Amino acid sequence: MALNLNTFISILFDGLAYAMFLFIVSVGLSVTMGLMGIVNLAHGAFAMAGGYMMLTLTRSWGIGFLPSLAITFLMVGAVSVIFERTLYVRLYRATELDQVLLTIGLAFMAIAAYTYFYGPSQQSIRLPSYLTGQIDGGFRTFPTYRVFMIAIGAILIAVLWYVFERTNIGAKIRAAVDNRRMAQSIGIDVDRLFTLTFGIGSGLAALGGGLAVQLVGLSPSFAVIYLVFFLLVVAVGGLGSFKGTLLAALILGIFDTAGKYLYADAGGFFIYAIAMAILLVRPAGLYGRE
Amino acid sequence: MASTAADPHARARAYLATRHHWHWAEALPWLIAIAAFFAFPDRMTFGTQVLVMVLFALSLDLILGYAGIVTLGQAAFFGLGAYTVGLLSVRAGYGEPITGLFAAAAVAAAVGFLTGLVLLRYRGLTLLVLTLSTTILLQEVGNLFKDITGGYDGIPGITIWPLLGLFDYDLYNHTNYTYCLVVLAVLFYVVRRIVYSSFGEALAGIRENVNRMHAVGSPVRWRLVIVYTISAAIAGVSGALFTQTSAYVTLGVFDFDRSAGVMTILILGGTGRLYGAFAGGVIYMLLEDSLSKLSPEFWQFGIGLVLVLVVLFARRGLFGLAQDLGDRLRRKPA
Amino acid sequence: MTAALEIRDLRKSFGALAVTRDVNLVLERGARHALIGPNGAGKTTLVNLITGVLQPSAGHVLLEGQDITRLLQAARTRRGIARTFQINQLFRGLTVLENVYLAVAEREGVCNHLWRPVGAERAVIEEALAHLDALRLADDALKLVRELPYGRLRLVEIAIALALRPKVLLLDEPAAGVPSSESHLILDVIAGLDPDIAILIIEHDMDVVFRVAKYITVLVQGAVLTDGTPAEIVADERVRAVYLGEEVHHE
Repeated sequence: MALNLNTFISILFDGLAYAMFLFIVSVGLSVTMGLMGIVNLAHGAFAMAGGYMMLTLTRSWGIGFLPSLAITFLMVGAVSVIFERTLYVRLYRATELDQVLLTIGLAFMAIAAYTYFYGPSQQSIRLPSYLTGQIDGGFRTFPTYRVFMIAIGAILIAVLWYVFERTNIGAKIRAAVDNRRMAQSIGIDVDRLFTLTFGIGSGLAALGGGLAVQLVGLSPSFAVIYLVFFLLVVAVGGLGSFKGTLLAALILGIFDTAGKYLYADAGGFFIYAIAMAILLVRPAGLYGRE
Repeated sequence: MASTAADPHARARAYLATRHHWHWAEALPWLIAIAAFFAFPDRMTFGTQVLVMVLFALSLDLILGYAGIVTLGQAAFFGLGAYTVGLLSVRAGYGEPITGLFAAAAVAAAVGFLTGLVLLRYRGLTLLVLTLSTTILLQEVGNLFKDITGGYDGIPGITIWPLLGLFDYDLYNHTNYTYCLVVLAVLFYVVRRIVYSSFGEALAGIRENVNRMHAVGSPVRWRLVIVYTISAAIAGVSGALFTQTSAYVTLGVFDFDRSAGVMTILILGGTGRLYGAFAGGVIYMLLEDSLSKLSPEFWQFGIGLVLVLVVLFARRGLFGLAQDLGDRLRRKPA
Repeated sequence: MTAALEIRDLRKSFGALAVTRDVNLVLERGARHALIGPNGAGKTTLVNLITGVLQPSAGHVLLEGQDITRLLQAARTRRGIARTFQINQLFRGLTVLENVYLAVAEREGVCNHLWRPVGAERAVIEEALAHLDALRLADDALKLVRELPYGRLRLVEIAIALALRPKVLLLDEPAAGVPSSESHLILDVIAGLDPDIAILIIEHDMDVVFRVAKYITVLVQGAVLTDGTPAEIVADERVRAVYLGEEVHHE
């Protein structure tokens, strides 16, 4: 496909929407990994659970789209806290291999369970009418849903930025990410902080997963296929960094979209190639610390 | 005996000098493998795949169990070996099995060496992501050249020439089983020697305390690149055996499930114990065989559950459990 | 005669924080040199700069006249610098013998042998055992490091450093945390070391310092306050001032 202005704008726009999805899901993973040093390969499963919860809420229970999003965030976040208190707490001092294997195990169990209950095929969610169709931007039209995604993403970014940079809790999180032992010695309850960030992070993952159904579809294999992308965003951005996750999501999201637009078959390459290139030069990520 | 006990030097010397000697119990897995041949002649197709997985797990144990490097990309080398054989057969009309193994090992080793040089600077999440990405990239490249690699559908028509020009392949895979068992035995011997050598000792040092290894002047990165290359070569051979014995190869050989599966085998059997690959491999394959007959979801759920339980309660795998049991029995008052 | 080790204008900063400031130090062959100073003075940082764990912001490290500033830690070790760590860095899952074996084997390049079993390396094993004997660790040879009491671990730490047959030996608080019943062994070992080896010892315990050192450098906030013989240091008012509030061991 030739690169004219229209295509360029489409790439930027779609890329931005995709980047929002990547950011919303990955920010929780980045902060929890930066905070406790735990590799959590089950994070994709929380996103997948969010997608299925949206499906059930909107389809079987007839709840509206926006309220369903809020419920999904809260419910999955709450359930994840249970997991954290029972299972993840044992991983704090475990080796990297243990963390990888236990969380992969959880992911497999989740995928199997959802396949059993929902079937292996792709599902979609019916959108409320105000989110379908196109919005007229004057010089061209934009798909409404993508505008919606970018808007939600922007709101969440603003809220999270505020929490991170301007609140007490945010300062504590940043301190603990920077130097856990020091934070503990000045009285910050890092364990409780972790439970909180884990819950919110998983809730956000579910929210992102729910939002993404319209964008990329939903099936149980979502948990593993997209996990790779979330890991890429976290690694490229730098563990525990809000700015890093955002920047990485933008770079990887837009490049991936560009690749798929311009080189349909080989498009999948771009995201991996860019991620590897950045990591080889800055192994701790764009905003990571050595 | 009293004199050796009194001389700590003699005891220490004896320990190191005899550490690598063959223990009688080491004959067991081989005897069981041979016995299986006679006891279950109609299950040799399954048996062959078990042997392939054991070899694959052995390759990972070198880098993971002994050197302590966690990677998510071992499937890359398995896949490269598998495709070397497949492509040689279908695109070049070459189907000699034994030289095929060498070719597969060479290709996998070359890629292992080059990627190892670059990637082994890193650890933790960065290494996990880089190794995973490399494997996926290989898969994507394969998909790009679908007409050569057959994509996810695979390449039909792989034919392997008779072994040593003499032994033809029977429907029941008797020849294949014996072939794989011999290859496994040879490579196992190689791995065993490496593990008990001073190089193997250095690997243990790197695993136990890499800072100390730097501080005793060890060229750590070179050691890791070498063991990574050897590990890649062996994984390549296991991939080659896979294609040779199933006459089938698709891009699915690079799947994440395969890397996860082989790690599960090691954690089940116990890492860094040579025979962990055997115990874990047999159990994993048996579980897969029985559970996936019920449904693929059962298998996936089951293996996920096993992983969680093993990490929580049986961290050192079967061999660890056996060791604990042995210790407890020995502590019982005489 | 060229000094065994020389540090010239060594500087290290982390951003705006200068942890090592224009340090100059000379270690002659056979030196028995102590590095003292209050907590946080940057003594371990200096050792890390000498051994290559850290790269300096400026300055040079010279080993027998050769500039080794750009070399990595392992390379410097191979040239003849060995150290003990303040916090033990041992191979906890391996036996004491294997810990020392690794040091000897790496030194001799034996770890490049992929095929010969460890048991066949008679010479290396014998040398490892000899080093264990020197530190009275022979009885613990087959014990796993993680099963040993702390005092013994400090000895293993020293055994590994000695097994490297270094020209320059850096001891970072070798007797720290060791019960006084066992610390005399460490002191005896240090006293009995090859007189050709240049030794730099970081210590807080003045008792140890006065028994071992013939020359002392005082480091305060990353810079050299003064240096001199033990007698000169004891008499120095500034040194006394720095240690006000710190316990000084004089027995």
